[in-house]
Amino acid sequence: MSAVTTAPVPSRTPGRVPQRLVARRRSGPQRALGVLRAVLIVIVCAVIALPIVWMIAAAFKTNVQVTDPTVGLVFTPTWDNFQGVLADGALGHSLVNSLVVGVVSTALSIVIAVPAAWAVGRFRMRRTGSVVLVARIVPAISLLVPWYYMFAQLGLVGSHLVLILSHMFVSVPLILWIMIGFFEGLPVELEDAARTDGLSAFGAFLRIALPLAAPGTAAAAVLAFIFSWNNFIFALILADERTMTMPVLLFNFMSYASTDWGGLMAAATLMTVPVLLAAVFGQRYLVAGLTAGATKG
Amino acid sequence: MTTTTTAGAATARRTPPSDKPMVTFETANRRLKWALLAPALGFVGLMIVFPLVFTINLSLTDAFGAVNAGNAYVGLQNFADALTDTRRFWPAVGRTVVFTLGAVVLETILGLALAMLMRKAFRGMEIVRTILMVPLLATPVAIGILWMLILDPTNGIANHLLGFVGIPPQEFLGSVSQSLPTLMLIDVWQWTPMMTVLLLAGLTTLPEEPEEAARVDGASGWQRFVYIILPMLRTTILTALVLRGVDALKTFDLIYATKGPGGGSDFEAETLNVYAYGLTFDYQEYGLASAVLVLFTLFIVAIVVFLRRRTERSAS
Repeated sequence: MSAVTTAPVPSRTPGRVPQRLVARRRSGPQRALGVLRAVLIVIVCAVIALPIVWMIAAAFKTNVQVTDPTVGLVFTPTWDNFQGVLADGALGHSLVNSLVVGVVSTALSIVIAVPAAWAVGRFRMRRTGSVVLVARIVPAISLLVPWYYMFAQLGLVGSHLVLILSHMFVSVPLILWIMIGFFEGLPVELEDAARTDGLSAFGAFLRIALPLAAPGTAAAAVLAFIFSWNNFIFALILADERTMTMPVLLFNFMSYASTDWGGLMAAATLMTVPVLLAAVFGQRYLVAGLTAGATKG
Repeated sequence: MTTTTTAGAATARRTPPSDKPMVTFETANRRLKWALLAPALGFVGLMIVFPLVFTINLSLTDAFGAVNAGNAYVGLQNFADALTDTRRFWPAVGRTVVFTLGAVVLETILGLALAMLMRKAFRGMEIVRTILMVPLLATPVAIGILWMLILDPTNGIANHLLGFVGIPPQEFLGSVSQSLPTLMLIDVWQWTPMMTVLLLAGLTTLPEEPEEAARVDGASGWQRFVYIILPMLRTTILTALVLRGVDALKTFDLIYATKGPGGGSDFEAETLNVYAYGLTFDYQEYGLASAVLVLFTLFIVAIVVFLRRRTERSAS
């Protein structure tokens, strides 16, 4: 009632509304602060977004335009760069590799990490869970020689399986960490109720917790896929020409086409756009996923 | 006892749980939790334990060119060699520390400022959060190439823009002295949003009462931030510092994609990770490289243990 009357008519402010509420809403300095805040936020967004916009724009420019800084964001777009990059065929091939490795490693990681996360979350085993942190601490380079040796002994170097296993090494701890936070956030009462009704603990996990955790699992899966998609160092060493993923292709492409900025930007754009779409459509879930494990320490 | 947990669920529905002795139920759960954890722990363990043992073993040998061609054990010679190397090793340590400290401190301060800026809900919040997600999800190699275009000394937009405010053209990644600071700035661009997202999430979980009470008592905005918000946010800040710090110490993609092997011709951007990579895969000095990696890992573990101790102390 008071909120409705005070907001539009400042002169008839009823006396019983606390003065500081009214003052905070419309005093001159407060409004100036609000405008300042909006301006700052817009500037920050521009600084964050413009480089990416520049990359996408450059992908549609001719090579003369790309290397001319006076050509801004207004120009006649051309598809030549994309056609040039795609004509090679190697890109399509590594796109398939990235997809196969990303999807399979994410799926397998979900299968082994989600039950583990529930066990850690429900049975209060955070110390055991944090053992997995070790996987984030060790520099990847110290793993590559032993892995290479191990997989060479098994005759697996250059196979998709090796890449899938190495990418799982990143995604299992990631998913585990996200899902522990997620399961701890679910009300335990629902599972308790299910168990009073005769379900076992595992049954409660399968039929109650797992369906409730579906949004979190989806977020974790998308993040794991993106991290696999972006991963550079494992494929750099463990992949051969047949199994090369997109970031390695882009890196190799850069060393012999360093003057073809348009082509480079087209390739970089093709690699980044799927991730951008994930960010746009899954923003809420991805933020929830990224912060689920982190904010609880 | 011998029935599996799923079968247990079926029988439990017919017989009330109180019929079962309490010990059986607890034993079943203890088995269950380890059964559920085993695949994940086993996978990470296998992928890490064997490599660690392998690397430590290798660090004690003179392995060069190949890892299994009858290497001789040389004791701690590799560690001595690394620790007395003032040409590549110690400068790399220095760059790693400068890069990590500089980037992470800037990211934390900027991230905190941005999180405070965006704390109260506003119109367009969703759009801003989407924009924040972009740099931290984008492919690092693509980011490196993109910034090479932007920072190109002659054709890049960065020098063009600096010209408007009267700043002479900079070399950026092309120069020995500016490479590391430039890489730090790219890292700040890419990871400040991550800090903001984490700290914003931490801020929204804080209770409002202490701040409201301080406001009533007449505390200024800055006082409320320093004495109320910062202490309550400590755990989140330290956790974010651990997460980002570990990744910043290990930065590889960005440096390797933009500066190449050795971090450039004068090793100007060669951090420990880039140095270890070069030793391993360009020079195939497997023994020395393993020693460097063991030292590097110990270094990171020490920092993480130190920070986590502080996190736990502040949480209790």
